[in-house]
Amino acid sequence: MATAIQTHGLAAIEKAFAQAKAEKRAAFIPYFPIGYPDYATSLEIITAFAEVGADIIEVGVPFSDPLADGPAIQAATQIALKNGTTPKLCVKAIADLRQRGVHTPMVLMGYVNPFMAYGYEKLTADARKFGIDGFIIPDLPADEADDFQKLVDGYKLGLSYFIAPTSSPSRIRLAAQRSRGYIYLVSITGTTGAKEALPEELTQNVAAIRTVTQHPIAVGFGVNTPEQAKQLGQLVDGVIVGTALVKAGGKSVDEARNLAAALRNAL
Amino acid sequence: MTTMPTVPDARGYFGPFGGRFVPETVIPALEELTAKYLEMKSDPDFQNELVNLNRTYIGRPTPVTFAARLTEYLGGAKIYLKREDLAHSGAHKINNALGQALLTKRMGKKRIIAETGAGQHGVASATAAALLGLECVVYMGSVDMERQKPNVFRMKLLGAQVCPVESGSKTLKDAINEAIRDWVTNVRNSHYLLGSALGPHPYPMMVRDFQSVIGIEAREQIQQMAGTLPDFIVACVGGGSNSIGIFYPFRDDANVELIGVEAGGHGIESGEHAARFADEKISRLGMLHGTKSYVMQTEDGQIMETHSISAGLDYPSVGPEHAFLRHQERAEYTYATDEEALEAFQLLCKLEGIIPALESSHAVAEVIKLAPKLSKDAVVLVNLSGRGDKDLDTVINALNERGE
Repeated sequence: MATAIQTHGLAAIEKAFAQAKAEKRAAFIPYFPIGYPDYATSLEIITAFAEVGADIIEVGVPFSDPLADGPAIQAATQIALKNGTTPKLCVKAIADLRQRGVHTPMVLMGYVNPFMAYGYEKLTADARKFGIDGFIIPDLPADEADDFQKLVDGYKLGLSYFIAPTSSPSRIRLAAQRSRGYIYLVSITGTTGAKEALPEELTQNVAAIRTVTQHPIAVGFGVNTPEQAKQLGQLVDGVIVGTALVKAGGKSVDEARNLAAALRNAL
Repeated sequence: MTTMPTVPDARGYFGPFGGRFVPETVIPALEELTAKYLEMKSDPDFQNELVNLNRTYIGRPTPVTFAARLTEYLGGAKIYLKREDLAHSGAHKINNALGQALLTKRMGKKRIIAETGAGQHGVASATAAALLGLECVVYMGSVDMERQKPNVFRMKLLGAQVCPVESGSKTLKDAINEAIRDWVTNVRNSHYLLGSALGPHPYPMMVRDFQSVIGIEAREQIQQMAGTLPDFIVACVGGGSNSIGIFYPFRDDANVELIGVEAGGHGIESGEHAARFADEKISRLGMLHGTKSYVMQTEDGQIMETHSISAGLDYPSVGPEHAFLRHQERAEYTYATDEEALEAFQLLCKLEGIIPALESSHAVAEVIKLAPKLSKDAVVLVNLSGRGDKDLDTVINALNERGE
């Protein structure tokens, strides 16, 4: 029985990045939504991510109108909604995953309206209670998040804001100042989804962000293959993979596990 | 009543409503748009160009018509119609489309993205794009494409690419999702020409301003014709652009009552409607498409599918300034059912020789209830926001179902 004291919230996220850095590699951050293809399978897939060495897991909360997501994640989360997946069930999923021994830091990624309906106060309190370490909310930019941010800080949780290729220096500073844990850099303008090649401007974006913050930078939106992950991992502190894993998870738990292992090993 | 506060504030808030709840990728574009719009608002060249096109291309000012036979039939207040159905391309939508298309050119962008429900905004955008030589892509739910076929054909004739949207309820809200996805991807060379007074700042303010030409004209016209300001102004409310356009210039006229009419669909009890203000059980404060307002949603915060016979009112949220006007008790909101709108549609055809859009028929339906209760001195001004040629298939099917 492990006797190490489990860290929670922001501290757990920071620890994950510190550990990856000590191993001289980027952190591997897979995404998967609860309820796809069904509740039990989604939990198996997330457990498999933890087993192959994911450093942080982004757990998707399905929404009826996911306007930052591309076709693959849209389709998956619509199936999850038809399966009756609610924000409440997603919180329960984290509790279930902790119960079955998943200690990897987990953050909930979802849209602002369902979180607001859940109640920011209850959501952050439940996060602390059930083992959710942080949040990512694509349609809640840093300058609209004061209420939520106070609660997140009060409960010492993580909160990642986005920086896009189009972000101005002042927006970069804002996201950097308010992010807790890591900054989410969008590698391309566009919705989530696998793209062919990584854009050149990414190097410039990363350099620009490094001048204003020490926060770890994780890149998502468009990471598809272990080769891309490897290439990116030399540039940034974390590599986020969603669409490719969701597609694999739609086929089988093993496909998702094998791809996750390959991505992790490429870093 | 005191003068209404100036809204929105610099962050796009109308009291507690509005704001900018969108992915980070488009925020720089919204900042650029806000700055450019505010610059153009006080740029005489831009304003002259807009005024000139309003007059020589749209055909503004649109007339106000005294509805003599409808007035006589209802036996109460005098009823006047602001004839946006006579604006070029058949509805008020062109006022905003042309304004934003001009702005697109000033921003040096060559492509516009638009969403459409009834097809009127899509047609207006395609029209403005053709006039100004811009590329135009219109997203439209496949359900709406089916019920608004003539408008789909019009858009194609005007050179626009119409993209069917198959996700979700396949109506306006899903078309907006898809338009935003396109914009997020092509933000550097494309302008999102949002068609209603909703979405993230600066859209609710900018669309209101472009549509205010309706109210500015009507305020002068009604005083000339009736010798007084109206006692009531009635307009239908989907996203709310025609209604905010006619309401706004009257906001400080304390004796003018503003009435917005939402889509009652099959009735509030049925749950199949788009009456965001009428159904407290399912309509709560929330965020949809970048703005904080009333949103029809499940207990879990999933956006609900709405129903209306008119595609243009079939939307689960409402522009933030309407939420604010209601919050301030400056405007009242009511609803008309599909059935009532159909009755009003037919009545206006028969008594006035005007085929109104099904959206506008909701406003007429409210007047049918309101006018008989008022004295013959009272003046009611209705915004007839569009013409109904696009709705003939829908009306024929609905009447057939009722066995008429």
